[in-house]
Amino acid sequence: MPKLTIDGIEIEVDNGLTVLQACEQIGIEIPRFCYHERLTVAGNCRMCLVEMERAPKPVASCAMPVGEGMVITTNSPAVKKMRQGVMELLLINHPLDCPICDQGGECDLQDQAVGYGMDRSRFMENKRSVKNKTFGPLIKAMMTRCIHCTRCVRFSSEIAGVPEMGTTGRGEHMEVGTYIKKALTSELSGNMIDLCPVGALTSNPYAFDTRPWELKKTESVDVMDAVGSAIRVDTKGGEVMRILPRLNEDVNEEWVSDKTRFACDGLKSQRLDSPYVRRNGKLIKTSWNDAFAAISEKIKGIDGSRFASITGDLACAESMTALKDLTASIGSTKIDCRQDGTKLDNRNRAGYVFNTTISGIENSDACLIIGANIRREAPIVNARLRKRYLTGGFEAGMIGEKVDLTFSCENLGSGTDTLCEIADGKHKFAKVLKKAKKPMLILGQGALTRPDGSAVLAMARAIAEKYGMITDDWNGFNVLHTAAARVGGLDLGITCEGGVASIVDECSAGKIDVIYLLGADEIDTNKLGKAFVIYQGHHGDAGAHRADVILPGAAYTEKNATYVNTEGRVQKTQLAVFPVGEAREDWTIIRALSDVLGHKLPYDTLLEVRSRMVEINAVFKSDDQATGGVWGKFGTKGELESSAFVSPILNFHMTDPISRSSETMAQCTEALFDEGKRNIGTNG
Amino acid sequence: MSSDSSKAMQPETFEFSAKNQKKFNTIFAKYPKGREASAMMPLLDLAQRQHDGWLPRAAMDHIADILNLAPIRVYEVATFYTMYNLAPVGKNHIQVCTNLPCWLRGSDKIMSVCKEKLGIELGDTTNDGKFTLSEVECLCACVNAPMMQINDDFYEDLDEDSTVAILESIKSGVKPTPGPQNSRKGGEPEGGAKTLRDSKEAN
Repeated sequence: MPKLTIDGIEIEVDNGLTVLQACEQIGIEIPRFCYHERLTVAGNCRMCLVEMERAPKPVASCAMPVGEGMVITTNSPAVKKMRQGVMELLLINHPLDCPICDQGGECDLQDQAVGYGMDRSRFMENKRSVKNKTFGPLIKAMMTRCIHCTRCVRFSSEIAGVPEMGTTGRGEHMEVGTYIKKALTSELSGNMIDLCPVGALTSNPYAFDTRPWELKKTESVDVMDAVGSAIRVDTKGGEVMRILPRLNEDVNEEWVSDKTRFACDGLKSQRLDSPYVRRNGKLIKTSWNDAFAAISEKIKGIDGSRFASITGDLACAESMTALKDLTASIGSTKIDCRQDGTKLDNRNRAGYVFNTTISGIENSDACLIIGANIRREAPIVNARLRKRYLTGGFEAGMIGEKVDLTFSCENLGSGTDTLCEIADGKHKFAKVLKKAKKPMLILGQGALTRPDGSAVLAMARAIAEKYGMITDDWNGFNVLHTAAARVGGLDLGITCEGGVASIVDECSAGKIDVIYLLGADEIDTNKLGKAFVIYQGHHGDAGAHRADVILPGAAYTEKNATYVNTEGRVQKTQLAVFPVGEAREDWTIIRALSDVLGHKLPYDTLLEVRSRMVEINAVFKSDDQATGGVWGKFGTKGELESSAFVSPILNFHMTDPISRSSETMAQCTEALFDEGKRNIGTNG
Repeated sequence: MSSDSSKAMQPETFEFSAKNQKKFNTIFAKYPKGREASAMMPLLDLAQRQHDGWLPRAAMDHIADILNLAPIRVYEVATFYTMYNLAPVGKNHIQVCTNLPCWLRGSDKIMSVCKEKLGIELGDTTNDGKFTLSEVECLCACVNAPMMQINDDFYEDLDEDSTVAILESIKSGVKPTPGPQNSRKGGEPEGGAKTLRDSKEAN
């Protein structure tokens, strides 16, 4: 552990740190542009120069490893002058267009120019300008503002693993870009906007909307996939202006997927803002009382077995709890949350969560991916796998579609045949798993939503047990979910015999008279037969089109709600804006309806609902903890079909009612998904 | 050199010719396993020589594919080095050095003679496709300044007359002798060696 002196303060730091990191440890701020703690060191902006004793020249502190007996000065007049000089050079070709730049107010260059720069420029010549570039519908480029820190270049090749950005040309003609005109194809490309220290890369959908100081910031949790990334919701008035990532080392580090970041404009269109009742085949705007009366008329006196409920992929645990209790009070047991027909059951928590945890991936040394296109289903988990791969000594193989996961991952086969071979130890990947100290497997919904899903689950359990994935301090069995509500639903026991498929079948067979859809849009609504459909949700999607009564609910940014991510981590969203129009927080709607129906639910406040949740499953007592379960038996051994595993997500950008209503996501679909189909020729 | 290849007619595909495939194998074999990416620069040069002195995007993509690299990594290299031409050039690519030593020795005159003689501006190609005129940064022949490079050859110690003579000679289909265009031999002083002349005798 080397000892060094920084500005007269003696400290001892870990070996291998840089001078900049050592300075940070004692709270000395070093200005920087190119250095970023999650990217490799580039050392090209020169803003972090410091003086080192016995060195003839100033050193770039971000690239200088600490050494025994170093004497560093960061506050001398010479250092001040160096910083001013570097700042002046950086500003030579930077346009002074802050008033029309979207980065204004949250710009590193602006802040550091004020903090460390001079008050004037001595440069009288013409500034250079750069021809602008297009990076697709998400990122707005203004490359004249670029200061060539190459953070975006390093992000795309290191973190995202889709090396499309680069520096072309040299000297004064150097430009950052893709060289060829194309939309960036990474699912994490939006993070370059956060990384860019200047206004060269800014958010395209958010262009010219607001200044950062006008925004109200609310810390929340994302529901666009089952990862539950930590987000910050920026609002102005009653409108969500943008969504940014928030640091959560255990889940998303500081990245979010493009869908998480950009689908928020879907919160402004296709919204259900008032109750509706279908009269003479047409949905008519009405009042809450009328809507409740219409429901009450149908439900009062109904035989419990002729009532069923389905909870959707974005439903919060509170509303699911209330609906479960309401369904039970009507006398029905038919309630299910598994819209996609996954064969998971809730007998054993270890059997349906991501036990290794997302940060735990970094401890693993081999990974078998079964029926999951992780890049599309959970880009953040994929980024973590890539991070693990980059540190070396990690072997991965996948069974399913041949896809590029951005890290070396051999395709072992397409379906259950390969799975059986691995279980029998005949496959060559079996040796890799056997050799590994901490092997893991990731089971995707593509393998579980099939008719033989339960048998695949049992097979995966057998593989986990056979190859030492389950030990006292390691659990390598992981289920990757695609729906934000799914683990919460399973934790609350929102399952019934036969699942959603049997509820839908009974509807079309006329065995169910009234069905309650809590944001359930992924089912085939044409098959609901003559059933009276109550739809509660926030978007006019598939479910609302078929509905007989619509109850407008709140989206995830509009309520204080609990979601459980794929790891089994209980997380809470916070109300950032109020629900639109007449819409209400979801659990309160069900609570109010229960009163009208004469089955008043025993909770009046959010705290009371949450204690009811804890009553059902003690796991809801935890907060932000990934709590797996005790290993046990799950899945049912059975015949396996030999068909290939297919990922449930075809188009990454449109998976739920919010992203389907989003204009930005529609543009991405056009630019990337449709384009991709044309390129590989599967579009006729 | 020009990083704006959008104007050029880009071919759809690129493959090494059978003859160059052999050269490719020789080049590729020079780099150890895991370091194949280092073959990128000689391969780009090979591709450029095959393709009339300029590198189409298809060739860069082809090389990226062979070396298992992202195409952008090849674009970065090809745009960095001025010796890779990303847009079509004439049969004779004239690069006049205009850096300080050459400039002090009269490179402005050389440049204006070239422009006048060829009837083109800097960066243009003559209508017959025979000549392209461009400016180049120091080519490390300052001792024989001013100089210019035509394709692979250096023509040094130029003045207006010798420049005209070189261009005339190329036009008539005769390749002028590379090297100093006055009486100098290599980097020796004009009129032969001035020092150590009797070193033989001294020994």
